[in-house]
Amino acid sequence: MKDADAGTVHREFVKGNEAICHGALAAGCRHYFGYPITPQNDIPEYMSTHMAAHGGVFLQAESEVATINMLLGAAAAGKRVMTSSSGPGISLMQEGISYMAGSELPAVIVNISRSGPGLGGIAPSQGDYFQAVKGGGHGGCRIPVLAPHSVQEMYELTMHAFELADRYRTPVMILGDAIIGQMKEPYTPGLCEPPGPIDKPWATTGCAGRPRQHVKSLYLKDDDIERHNWKLHEKLQRIEKAEVRAESYHLEDARIVLVAFGTAARVCKTAIQWARKEGIAAGMIRPVTLFPFPKTLVHETAGKADLLLVVEMNTGQMVEDVMISTSHHDKVRFMGKPCAMPTPDDILAEIRLLAGKTS
Amino acid sequence: MSGGGKQHFDKVVFKRPDSLVDVKTHFCPGCHHGIAHRIVAEAIDHFGMREKTVGVACVGCSVFLYDYIDVDVVEAPHGRAPAVATGVKRALPDHFVFTYQGDGDLAAIGTSEIIHAANRGENLTVIFVNNTTYGMTGGQMAPTTMLGQKTSTSPYGREFSNDGYPIKMAELLAQLEGVAFSARVATSSPAQIRKAKEAVKTAFDMQIRRMGLSVVEFLSTCPTNWGMKPLDARNRVLGEMIDYFPLGTFKERKQADFV
Repeated sequence: MKDADAGTVHREFVKGNEAICHGALAAGCRHYFGYPITPQNDIPEYMSTHMAAHGGVFLQAESEVATINMLLGAAAAGKRVMTSSSGPGISLMQEGISYMAGSELPAVIVNISRSGPGLGGIAPSQGDYFQAVKGGGHGGCRIPVLAPHSVQEMYELTMHAFELADRYRTPVMILGDAIIGQMKEPYTPGLCEPPGPIDKPWATTGCAGRPRQHVKSLYLKDDDIERHNWKLHEKLQRIEKAEVRAESYHLEDARIVLVAFGTAARVCKTAIQWARKEGIAAGMIRPVTLFPFPKTLVHETAGKADLLLVVEMNTGQMVEDVMISTSHHDKVRFMGKPCAMPTPDDILAEIRLLAGKTS
Repeated sequence: MSGGGKQHFDKVVFKRPDSLVDVKTHFCPGCHHGIAHRIVAEAIDHFGMREKTVGVACVGCSVFLYDYIDVDVVEAPHGRAPAVATGVKRALPDHFVFTYQGDGDLAAIGTSEIIHAANRGENLTVIFVNNTTYGMTGGQMAPTTMLGQKTSTSPYGREFSNDGYPIKMAELLAQLEGVAFSARVATSSPAQIRKAKEAVKTAFDMQIRRMGLSVVEFLSTCPTNWGMKPLDARNRVLGEMIDYFPLGTFKERKQADFV
């Protein structure tokens, strides 16, 4: 966005968590429900400060269980809704997420994840990957998952999440971590269009002028639940076909291709720049959508490259999706650092090692 | 009335409420859910709010509320109806929002949600149907199961040393500042049904006047899981249940906090 007089680009210097709030408000979210948990408290704090001025609703619930069900109710009433939490709180929300997926309710759920399992710690982690992308909730529920790796993306992908949620009538998760949530850097608002208003004729808003309707996930009669499952499956297939996003970073000539998302990908970029200065042809696939996963890009790249190095801040989760995506299993390597950020030096050392092996 | 043909009346004195769908219910013979449904539908008609009402159905026999009451309904996870209703009401503050919950739903798995919705003074109406058991799942022990009552998970009778005491929700909720109205009613006699209608109308009126959360606890029956004939089940309500769960109004706010 250009300032009229100066011709300069307007930028904001904020934390990732705050950029999520900016994105949500820009997308027309006026109903936020939440419960405190580190390291995402900036989000409910920001919303409690600013939501009223936007004519919206901020409500601190008594638990994450209540939070997700308030979200369910407000989504059923046709509103753009959001909540945010971290690992243990997201676990508590899984029942409600499954109900919302089953009831086909749009919502945005932010997980600024921390270490686990259990109470774990507040260190950054990508240990919630499986929970996020493989369903988490019961009964075969799956929802789209977006993984921002910059404050700019925290803002833009939040808007995109609302668009996906409304278009496909599904909860959408944003999977960040303590670093991307707490990190401050400049971002430029207004580079992408917020989603426009959308009709929600299915919403339960009172049956004025039409027959009564229901938002529900219970199907007891005959083979209704089987039909419903196929319908949801077909929706997921449409999402897999149309909504894959990934960044290709120096892929054109890369012999060693890193695969990483979020904060880990951010660090990988530095390591790749250093490796290239040393003459190692390194590149990266950065999945932006973790579900749907960029299977085709991974497989095609694996066919051309010498090796794939999957880098995660856990002991190995997304690497399984990489293995599923390609038949070149012999080319896949893994580097993990649970509950901490790997340094560019750590990653460069691994790249050098692999380069030595492949040369 | 010989001669056949349809008899004509001058005046309609009793009919199905407009908000009650004209279908047979799945409820067992002698179950009082049907009576409670009718009372809720009558109250919706009374205030002319059918088209501005959103109901929240809970998990249990009463989940099929949406087949019987002719309003928009959201189905909540087990126990979470007050949280779902909070979301609906915050999104649609001018609409009429009610939950309809059983005793397992409200008084066991959903205690946190009902207490905090009540404490926030959410402008909701809660219809709480207490039949001292989990009906849909086959008659297991509920938090409201009477001492000594045999259920499929208290086969020797509920014993306080192991299972604690039946919980009195109407009295408990009446203690909270956010609650505008709390009453317990029964539907085992015509007189009780008349009082139940009045209580539900008062509860609805509280919401319309934005006085806070209103709750009406219905003492109901479950002949199937109690192993009783319908009349015996009705007599159980009139006897031991009312002895322990007294009928009456435990709180009725006269003036809203914000006035």
